[in-house]
Amino acid sequence: MKANWQILVVDDEEVMAESLAAWLREDGYAVDTANSGREAVEKAAQRDYAIYFVDLKMPGGMDGIETMMQVRRLHAEASIIIITAYATVDTAITAMKEGAQEYIVKPCNPEEISLLVSRIIKVKNLQRENSILRKKLSRQYRFGDVISKSARMQDILTLSQEVASLRSTVLIQGESGTGKELIARAIHNSGDRAGKPFVAVSCAALAETLLESELFGHEKGAFTGANQQRRGKFEMAEGGTIFLDEIGDISPKLQVDLLRVLQERRFYRVGGTEEVTVDVRVIAATHVNLQQAVADGKFRDDLFYRLNVIAIDIPPLRERREDIPLLAQHFLERISHELGKDVSGISEGGLKVLLDHNWPGNVRELENAVERAMVTCRGQELTEDDFAFVAQTGKAGQEGWAPPANMTIEEMEKLLIAATLQRTGGNIKEAAGVLGIDRSTLYEKIKRYEIPR
Amino acid sequence: MKYFYLGATPEVDREALTAIAERAGAEFGAPVREIELPGIDFAYDAARGQYGSIPVLEMLVRMCPGDAFKLLGVTERDLFIPVLTFVFGHAQLGGRAGVVSLARLRQEFYGLEANREVFLERALKEALHESGHLFGLVHCHDASCAMSLATGVRQIDSKRAAFCARCAVRMERKPRG
Repeated sequence: MKANWQILVVDDEEVMAESLAAWLREDGYAVDTANSGREAVEKAAQRDYAIYFVDLKMPGGMDGIETMMQVRRLHAEASIIIITAYATVDTAITAMKEGAQEYIVKPCNPEEISLLVSRIIKVKNLQRENSILRKKLSRQYRFGDVISKSARMQDILTLSQEVASLRSTVLIQGESGTGKELIARAIHNSGDRAGKPFVAVSCAALAETLLESELFGHEKGAFTGANQQRRGKFEMAEGGTIFLDEIGDISPKLQVDLLRVLQERRFYRVGGTEEVTVDVRVIAATHVNLQQAVADGKFRDDLFYRLNVIAIDIPPLRERREDIPLLAQHFLERISHELGKDVSGISEGGLKVLLDHNWPGNVRELENAVERAMVTCRGQELTEDDFAFVAQTGKAGQEGWAPPANMTIEEMEKLLIAATLQRTGGNIKEAAGVLGIDRSTLYEKIKRYEIPR
Repeated sequence: MKYFYLGATPEVDREALTAIAERAGAEFGAPVREIELPGIDFAYDAARGQYGSIPVLEMLVRMCPGDAFKLLGVTERDLFIPVLTFVFGHAQLGGRAGVVSLARLRQEFYGLEANREVFLERALKEALHESGHLFGLVHCHDASCAMSLATGVRQIDSKRAAFCARCAVRMERKPRG
């Protein structure tokens, strides 16, 4: 989107600056003007312009070359085009030596400026994408990277592939470590936006004000420390996908801001007065039950429905135990390659330990466990001894349970008795045996707590 | 009631003006009124042998009738802005006044044989283009759309005298009057 690139035209003759600015605005660029080198440097300190058109001869002690050098100190990546009515070989050489990207003589052909600007913007788009991709992707994420033979996971992969090329918002729910970001990246890389940026933001990691600035960017002076204008993650994801992890943790104010972006695809930078329009697909993820959060009044229902257009629920690892051997072998192969260790498999005893564990940290915990075992392993197989630390942390059925918060002992007792009675089919003798109390005590408690049988 | 005003300087080809007026009414969904404009000798730049489009726009803004929501001027004079060698037209983006120059739309300007049909077609396309800017439209990526950027007559000839669907929708959304 052209308007995302800002241009500054610097010329001491106002009519010159304004007419070029107006011509560039007709081409869809956001253009500012400055009537002196000093004003240009001041504006450059506040905003990150992509291109500067700078007149060579300007009065006031700061000519085009000096202006260019000062701008470059602020923005080394800026493209600067020197304009002059007085073309000499010497000035052209000086300008290029000092870092001007181009040198044009006015009046120039409209086609020349048009081609020049579009060529620079094309390169800038590529540089921006390249930088984001290099930072974020050390490897490609595809559906092939999701290791699973579970029927539920296969259904999820089919749905993800079907929605990959849509623009609709996706809400991925699942416990920590189930691979929500992996699914989000696979959706992005399999759709029409694959060549564009994928920008991930962890909403739980930052305080409200920081997250707001992180998402929407800020203008210079928007808050203490905002020394210059900065693009937010939404702008960085232009044309691509933004992945909002732990969306359930955002504040009510940010919920309102996000709702507006989802509805209108527009927002303001923090401290800004100009609307920024973006074409970004939103994939959100959370480990909390958002529907419950809505019922509890902690999450806006209108935002929930905007996010929940396509819902993907990733089951925890303990509910797809058939994937444990497959995933463990996958991690083993990868880590043995990375560590340069010749470990070929997992023994039967080792697998039993893994299958018996409850994996509250899901796939990520399994990956860490395999890596830890690989580091200490001395043989060619990972055995139960190598996974001793896993066995110590608890077995299936014992892990991953915590008493609900804000509950009295009596409330807890009532729930336990009701659940035990349900399991024994209302058999008092059996229930009393399980609970470790005699039948008369159980009768008394059933009556006191008014538990239906 | 607000009108789309079409103004012509004294030397303008009347047939071209009529063709533009007929099409403008249909295209902009507003009644069109014609207005006589004075000559633009005041904007002549002897050094360049051309006429500055900025003083012409300033004149049009001053002359804009009270019941006009847009005024598009048409002139035979060759226009320029200081930084460029020429412009086919110039309009206030989202503003009230714009101007189209017919000078470079004629085949004769390029030493070719006159072609009336080609000239009228180009005049219509450029009038639509500058009017689009008046309605706030910027250049369109679709090379066949009237709003695509043309820096030469070849590009004007390759576009249609109509807006693409996207630009047409944007035009529809702009308030009239």
